[in-house]
Amino acid sequence: MEATAEDRAPGGSVVAAQGLNLTFHTNDGSVHALKDVNLAVERGEFVSFIGPSGCGKTTFLRCVAGLETPTGGSLSVNGLDPDAARRARAYGYVFQAAGLYPWRTIGGNIRLPLEIMGFSEDEKKRRVRETLALVDLDGFENKFPWQLSGGMQQRASIARALSFDADLLLMDEPFGALDEIVRDRLNEELLSLWARTGKTMLFVTHSIPEAVYLSTKIVVMSPRPGRISDVIDSPLPKERPLDIRDSRGFIDIAHRVREGLRAGMEEA
Amino acid sequence: MTDTPLSAPGAGVGRSGRVALWLRGAGGRIVPVLTVIAALIVLWYVACIPMNAHQSVLLAERSGAEVTPAAASERRNMGGIALSLRNPGPALSAAFAQDRPVLPAPHQVAVELWDSTAGMRPTSKRSLIFHGWITLSATLAGFAVGTALGILLAVGIVHSRVMDMSVMPWAIVSQTIPIIAIAPMIIVVLYSVGVQGLLPKAVISAYLSFFPVVVGMVKGLRSPDTMQLDLLRTYGATGGQTFWKLRLPASLPYLFASLKIGVAASLIGAIVGELPTGAVRGLGARLLAGSYYGQTVQIWSALFAAAILAAVLVAIIAGIERVLLRRMGLAR
Repeated sequence: MEATAEDRAPGGSVVAAQGLNLTFHTNDGSVHALKDVNLAVERGEFVSFIGPSGCGKTTFLRCVAGLETPTGGSLSVNGLDPDAARRARAYGYVFQAAGLYPWRTIGGNIRLPLEIMGFSEDEKKRRVRETLALVDLDGFENKFPWQLSGGMQQRASIARALSFDADLLLMDEPFGALDEIVRDRLNEELLSLWARTGKTMLFVTHSIPEAVYLSTKIVVMSPRPGRISDVIDSPLPKERPLDIRDSRGFIDIAHRVREGLRAGMEEA
Repeated sequence: MTDTPLSAPGAGVGRSGRVALWLRGAGGRIVPVLTVIAALIVLWYVACIPMNAHQSVLLAERSGAEVTPAAASERRNMGGIALSLRNPGPALSAAFAQDRPVLPAPHQVAVELWDSTAGMRPTSKRSLIFHGWITLSATLAGFAVGTALGILLAVGIVHSRVMDMSVMPWAIVSQTIPIIAIAPMIIVVLYSVGVQGLLPKAVISAYLSFFPVVVGMVKGLRSPDTMQLDLLRTYGATGGQTFWKLRLPASLPYLFASLKIGVAASLIGAIVGELPTGAVRGLGARLLAGSYYGQTVQIWSALFAAAILAAVLVAIIAGIERVLLRRMGLAR
């Protein structure tokens, strides 16, 4: 039906940003949200964006999703401009809040993008069942969101973003509102989901351990103006049990992230 | 984690347990309501004594009793409370059974209500069911038109900046005009083009009921937050899909709150619409006739009929709301 990304950009970067700039004009003057951002994300990578508030990490994700329009530079997603990529269903987006519709069951919420994109009835049923299994929520199809805990709601919202099977998953602090115990488990599950599906992940977070634990590449950002201050390729193995966080390698990367954050703050 | 027990109120207590829970819940609501009603009725009976004192004392004097002060002209200038205090016997004994009391006693109103509903054929010209039906039909017609108009305007206001700027101020202005001033004009204008009967009253009802629906619906249609709208944008949803799948379902709780206000306003509109024409049918006509002939018991029973009708209408909407929102998962 639709041409897949591979047809258009064989071997090309999933996300490629060159000299990306974005300035917001508000009543209090202009805000330089993104300044000269250069980044290439390859297929199958897990890329975390970390930095203090106002560093532009969410803004960058929204640019990739076509929810914001950059004021300068170039940005391509699967070789397309962000708007075209969205129409080609290039990505699923997970917000900080689960944002499930309270008047729809969990199954109904996952069906929402499928309805909008016009999947057939059989296809909808199959995909709802499969994505529910993927996030370990089988049997919850007919529950309403308020009957689920916060962590389970967020898993349902990840299932919703996975349901139409985009290759790219954009996650904007998806676990930011959850407590640390639930967050740890969801981090583990997200890694295993990533290993099983081979999707490309762009993941915004405030948490250094979360970024280091999940990522193959960590993008450290700093504010005023929002820019990239360091890009760290993680040497950690792909298989990561939770206790890897006590290992030497893990601590070294976390240290480098912290240094990058501090340097960025001092410059600003 | 997937086997987290799900708890719904009353789950696991069985049917009889749920009924018991419900009864306790209902009892918790009913007892305070009954207490207030009882207090109001006591207050009402007490108020009857001074309100009807002049008539009570006059009746006592006519039947030969000693009253103070003896001169009628003197009594006329006295307050009801002072007169009752100086003639406690007659004031108390005659306060609750007068033909045309200033303030009829609760049981007099109740008897009249019963006689004019259950006590006669519904087709009788004195039956409150007959008059209530006349008013109700205009109310429902006006409510339907007002609700439809309100929803349409709200959809327009939410989707068009021009309508937002132009319609909303006029909708607000329309409600600042006293209905008692505009109702006769609507009726006279419509009468001059040959329209009378139910329609002019329905127009007034619609005029009163569209406003709460507009305000509630606009708020409801705008209630989805930026995140939910962004989510639909990431799916490439059209404006129509955003409306049907997000804005409309999100607005329903707001709509029902408005409908409850709107239906009560509709009933007031229909009654007010019956007043200026000297209409011979309807609860408004009943109120008017009562005041022409000093039939206070008739006025009060028509008032109560209107209040009961309004309560029933609001309760019906609340019932639909409860069933619909529960089915949608919006009420627990």
